[in-house]
Amino acid sequence: MTLLSEFPSIPDLNLALREHRVNAVELATDALRAARSHADPHVFLHIDDELTLAQARDADHALAAGTAGPLTGIPIAHKDLFVTRGWRTTASSKMLANYTSPFDATVVDHLRTAGTVSLGKLSCDEFAMGSGNENSAFGPVRNPWDPDRVPGGSSGGSAAAVAARLVMAATGTDTGGSVRQPAALCGVSGIKPTYGTVSRYGIIAYASSLDQAGPLARNACDLVPILDAMSGFDANDSTSLESCDGKPNATGRIQADFSAAQSRFEAAGARPLHGLRIGVPREFFNEGLAACVAEAIESALKVFESLGATRVDISLPRTRLSIPAYYVIAPAEASSNLSRYDGVRYGHRAEHYGDLIDMTSRSRTEGFGDEVRRRILVGTYVLSHGYYDAYYLQAQRVRRMIVDDFQRALTEECDVIMGPVTPDVARRIGDNKQDPIADWLADIYTLGVSLAGLPGMSVPCGFGGSAGRLPIGLQLVGRYFDEGRLLAIADRYQQVTDWHQRIPGLA
Amino acid sequence: MDWEIVIGLETHTQLSTQSKIFSRSSTQFGAVPNTQANAVDMALPGSLPVMNRGAVERAIRFGLAIGATVANRSVFARKNYFYPDLPKNYQISQFELPIVIGGKLSFFVGEQEHTINLTRAHLEEDAGKSLHEHFQGPHGESSSGIDLNRAGTPLLEIVSEPEMRSAAEAVAYARALHGLVVWLGISDGNMQEGSFRCDANVSVRPKGQKAFGTRCEIKNINSFRFIERAIQYEARRQIELIEDGGTVRQETRLYDSERDETRTMRSKEDSNDYRYFPDPDLPPLIVSQDWIEHVRAALPELPAAKRARFESDMGLTAYDAAQLTLHRAIADYFEAAAGALPADQAKQAANWILGELSAALNRDELEIGRSPVSPARLAALIQRIQDGTISNKIARDVFTAMWSGESGGDPDAIIEARGLRQISDTGAIEAMIDAVLAAHPAIVEEYRAGKQKAFNSLVGQVMKAARGKANPQQVNTLLKQKLGG
Repeated sequence: MTLLSEFPSIPDLNLALREHRVNAVELATDALRAARSHADPHVFLHIDDELTLAQARDADHALAAGTAGPLTGIPIAHKDLFVTRGWRTTASSKMLANYTSPFDATVVDHLRTAGTVSLGKLSCDEFAMGSGNENSAFGPVRNPWDPDRVPGGSSGGSAAAVAARLVMAATGTDTGGSVRQPAALCGVSGIKPTYGTVSRYGIIAYASSLDQAGPLARNACDLVPILDAMSGFDANDSTSLESCDGKPNATGRIQADFSAAQSRFEAAGARPLHGLRIGVPREFFNEGLAACVAEAIESALKVFESLGATRVDISLPRTRLSIPAYYVIAPAEASSNLSRYDGVRYGHRAEHYGDLIDMTSRSRTEGFGDEVRRRILVGTYVLSHGYYDAYYLQAQRVRRMIVDDFQRALTEECDVIMGPVTPDVARRIGDNKQDPIADWLADIYTLGVSLAGLPGMSVPCGFGGSAGRLPIGLQLVGRYFDEGRLLAIADRYQQVTDWHQRIPGLA
Repeated sequence: MDWEIVIGLETHTQLSTQSKIFSRSSTQFGAVPNTQANAVDMALPGSLPVMNRGAVERAIRFGLAIGATVANRSVFARKNYFYPDLPKNYQISQFELPIVIGGKLSFFVGEQEHTINLTRAHLEEDAGKSLHEHFQGPHGESSSGIDLNRAGTPLLEIVSEPEMRSAAEAVAYARALHGLVVWLGISDGNMQEGSFRCDANVSVRPKGQKAFGTRCEIKNINSFRFIERAIQYEARRQIELIEDGGTVRQETRLYDSERDETRTMRSKEDSNDYRYFPDPDLPPLIVSQDWIEHVRAALPELPAAKRARFESDMGLTAYDAAQLTLHRAIADYFEAAAGALPADQAKQAANWILGELSAALNRDELEIGRSPVSPARLAALIQRIQDGTISNKIARDVFTAMWSGESGGDPDAIIEARGLRQISDTGAIEAMIDAVLAAHPAIVEEYRAGKQKAFNSLVGQVMKAARGKANPQQVNTLLKQKLGG
């Protein structure tokens, strides 16, 4: 048991800190101990007691001085895709096994400024490519609900750490579902905000037009202050937005939107979600969906109806096309983004090599794992002369059509879209080793949201699998910049359900 | 067979911004290797490019100056290829949608005016430098080093249509383009430091044939002289090859100035597939009409406008006007000198600047900005010719003295100190004429016998007696009177 598991939410822990029932150094010390002695040694990649305790001491000073905020002293950790001074940053790759960044990612910087205490760096799929956290050069992460199963990915370490109560919240990144899917499979809450609301500066790039950071935490309420602190315009990222629907893209926006929605729901009394139209895409309930997931989603939708919402049958006709579109665009961008890892300036360099080309080629072959190499090859191919139009341009056209599908549904038919995150519960470690495409196909419910740049989240909504012990996630998709309202809707659901309060065996 | 040479130039102009095109590092030349490279320039994980608006502003200036279309929306693309001094292993450039489209440039080849159409101009980043010479690895072994100070320096690549037909025309175009970018203040134009480099696309075809021949691209020529020689060599090589029954292969070649030849660098078959695609880190570059108008309003008077004004308002020939507007510093000098003179003396100022002054600058390898003779002083000298104080011939001596700083470089002081004031006193000149006529009766005889040459000889004798200071007009008139009388 960790000290953190005694506090059900960030506001509870914040109150305890303010009332000096516990202090940040105590919390950090216990969390460091728990992280080191955790049954799964692969969740954390880099821990440094001194760095963490220094931040905890700062937090205690702020608490003593009365300058503490809602996140002061809250233990968190970062996906190892965010560069950090101090802790190494490896992207779970042999390529960057000994790399330390001279600067902090904007997200890391923002959360530090907000007073959080970082426990270190969390495992992920190598360069965020994967959905089982098996593609790590440093060993697979296990699902806290069943150590034989994957935690999901690519932010698998983040989801596992939150589920195991090793941290109150963790950062993740979502390119095609990498926050939502592990959150679903580990029974925690996670949100990917609108593309452009959180800075990508200092996030090791996988697919730039899709990469977006988002937090994972125990419940929707806890996500609010974390996401709020993470987001905001950043001049260092040219795709960062200065304003969101007329409101400045700055800390405070999401919190304000969340509170406003909360008040409206509160005022509506017994049917707080009265008037809310939930679009349920029929393409999300195809033959590939496991019965246990379908049932859990169905029950969740009933809960929403009991809260006053209405259900609308909608269609997202290009859902199937999101898989080929994504697996052309993301590898194309990745093939170029990962060119910089050539063994020349930093990172892995082969020990023995002939000429320059040989050095680069050997360094990359040795430094990258199978899935990364596979996507670089695909990406290089689809951008090649003679194939560009047929693959890359075609995929971009499909992407625009997918955007149109979501836009039409969210403007004309419904206020929020709900459905499954994954076709099934967490699979066994090693299951898809001979069939990597099977994992790609399982991304079907999350890719479209990423291609459209829309905010999407996952909240626990039940259990399934052989012994009924594996978490299932419900996906909520909002309009652009709808993060605050989306979180408030999820919060109403969590007020009347307790799936998010269940604690896995590995905690 | 008669051959026609077809040339198009691609010119990489380094833009004069303080910081790099996508990072805040300094662009200052000559710093210790790798001291001007930050996380973005070194392509560290997590770093992202941010557009430098100063580079965009300079590209707009160029587009307006050549009468091109400045695109309201242009797109940065990634040009992917592996090279150790290209830190990201892709170059951010513009491919399908450049910022400047079209435009034209006029210049003189000898006395003939030429106009060349431009295809486009686009923004891109420079690569770093590989250092192969005198570089040792950690264990003393011979090794290569990489200096990333230049990586990310902003470049404007200016592409001409293949409309030039001789090496001389290509050089004249390059000189005019160089003059223009310096004129606009968008580049320092320093060729030694690589601020202005040309790639020449050269092909040949039988005169009269419409279709282009196969072209070769000669990379990275960094002087006007080398442009001319590289093109001459390459055209000759291609013609000889074809005349010997061979065919030209499309390839990239390098000019070796020491051996004065071009050599194969890579053939078309080995060329990279650059896998261009829009850079997802940079949104399309939006240039508002407001911004364009703002830049237009701040443009200096352009060479073409100045040239026209020099012709119409100041009475210069087209050729002189073109020469004076090749560089902004020369035009400024001319305007300063002409401004200090009566309107009808502008032509004199032009003659002096393109004549004596240019010769002296060339001889001493000086830029006009460092001329020891200021425009005001040159005007003062011309004034002294005009008011009859000295003759044109004496004025050249005075100019030389001014150049070397004699008497503080002041023409009046030099004229006084050297006693060069022209003799215009009729009595004094008449006395000298009388003496000459008395001393040279034979020449006087020849004149009277009808030999016009004899008259010139007598003038020469009088001028000699006056040590060049007698007013030549007066000498002529008075001598004619005496001989006629």
